[in-house]
Amino acid sequence: MKRQLPLALVFIFGIFCIFQYFVPHESSEWIYEFLLAWIYIIGILTLALGIWSLIRVSWDKVQHRRPNWQYALVTLLGLFAMITFGFDYCRSFFSSEGLRNYMFVHFFDYILIPIQATMFSLLAFFIASASYRAFRARSLLASLLLLAALVIMLRFNPYLGFVGEYMEQLATWLLNVPNLAAKRAIIVGVGLGIVATSLKVILGIERNYLGRD
Amino acid sequence: MSSVGLIISLFIIGAGLLWLLILSLTGREVERRIVFLFIGLAVSVPLLFNITFSERATPIVLDVFDKLEDLPPGSKVLLSYDYGPSMAPEVEPMSNAFLRHSLAKGHKLYLMALWATGQSLVATAVDSIIKREFPDKVYGEDYVNIGFKAGGTGVLNVIITDFRKMYLTDVDGLDLDSLFIFDGVKSLRDMDVLISIGGGFPGVKEWVLFAGAPGNIPTAGGCAAVSAPLLYPYYPRQLLGLLGGIKGAAEYESELKKRYPRFETMPTPGIKMMGPQTLAHLVVMAFIVIGNISYFISRRKRS
Repeated sequence: MKRQLPLALVFIFGIFCIFQYFVPHESSEWIYEFLLAWIYIIGILTLALGIWSLIRVSWDKVQHRRPNWQYALVTLLGLFAMITFGFDYCRSFFSSEGLRNYMFVHFFDYILIPIQATMFSLLAFFIASASYRAFRARSLLASLLLLAALVIMLRFNPYLGFVGEYMEQLATWLLNVPNLAAKRAIIVGVGLGIVATSLKVILGIERNYLGRD
Repeated sequence: MSSVGLIISLFIIGAGLLWLLILSLTGREVERRIVFLFIGLAVSVPLLFNITFSERATPIVLDVFDKLEDLPPGSKVLLSYDYGPSMAPEVEPMSNAFLRHSLAKGHKLYLMALWATGQSLVATAVDSIIKREFPDKVYGEDYVNIGFKAGGTGVLNVIITDFRKMYLTDVDGLDLDSLFIFDGVKSLRDMDVLISIGGGFPGVKEWVLFAGAPGNIPTAGGCAAVSAPLLYPYYPRQLLGLLGGIKGAAEYESELKKRYPRFETMPTPGIKMMGPQTLAHLVVMAFIVIGNISYFISRRKRS
């Protein structure tokens, strides 16, 4: 029963959603919207599950002094601090007052934004280092990739004068023709893969999502 | 001052290139921290000397601009902040430009977020741009912030049929039916244009797949440069235009300044950031060339 019930539910709703797409009747639309509401409900439950899981894993690290347990402690402190400030020190649970809480706004503006922006901007340094060490013309394909990368970067360059216009045209061609063709092929391939995997899940061939128990 | 900065920055790049070339020719590897130092200089020099370049809008950017321009005043524009602080430096200039353009044209603006971190960024934009630069615009009549809802693509699936099934109130808890701006608005299909700013999931692609294409609603986007090539396949049919990275933002800002004299003195972070980006690209290209020279020399020595 533990396995048959989820399999039956997936089969029924999976088949229904496939056929519903081709039936533009009012009742069909209504059932579809009803099912969509369930996505929202399940989403909220998974959010709660995610928070519980984060607390459990982090607390376990802190309790047993596992390697880098200090980071887990910071995670827990950050989580509870933001929840407390977000609820305006537990004074407003059902309004957005907490979002204007002084500490909540300051933690977001002066801790979260600079931290995340710094992490993202560090990429420029690592890309430069990687480009020096790894971007080598070892083969014909690697050379083509190298040339394409140089053309794309050069198109932004205003120092090049009239050469820049040709570079821009070449870069636009590279993006609109070879890149587009490859991307479309990948998208179509991924789409077909999704269809195949979905059918396997609906028909009960793929059962990994049920877990091992 | 700008030309002095330009000369200094070019000198740094030239000297760096020569030095690295000599090092590579003598068979010595360049340390990682030297590479970092050059990138640091390439990024900071244009910022210190305020080096900027003139930008010309490319067709893919111009298509979005013209769409907002051609819509009659009072049209409904939905702007979704689908990004977090990590992406903000790159894409926030776009969302700010869209905000200014839409309000200057007299469109009705619906602000929302598919990312939890986007909601605070919407609030910041409302305080720093709308309230300061457009004090005549009335909340609930000219613009509204409906905030963030969890669910990603599920949210889009619902609001394409009915806003009120997902959003009963705006971000301040006001009933949507009490807001004048929502009069006659049932779902996303009532919008004249949808604009998503972001580069992750859910983002521009999801807006195309779950809202724009099925609802036949004109959809535009702005995203981080790294995500732009993934979205080009949707242009021009499913995506009416796209602002890719800081370059796209700079092009949009320059077009806005060109056509609206009131924005002549507006902050243009996109245009400003093109200087560091251009020089950083030059440095990266120099490293690629030097690295390859070094590689070929070492290969010849080995053979």
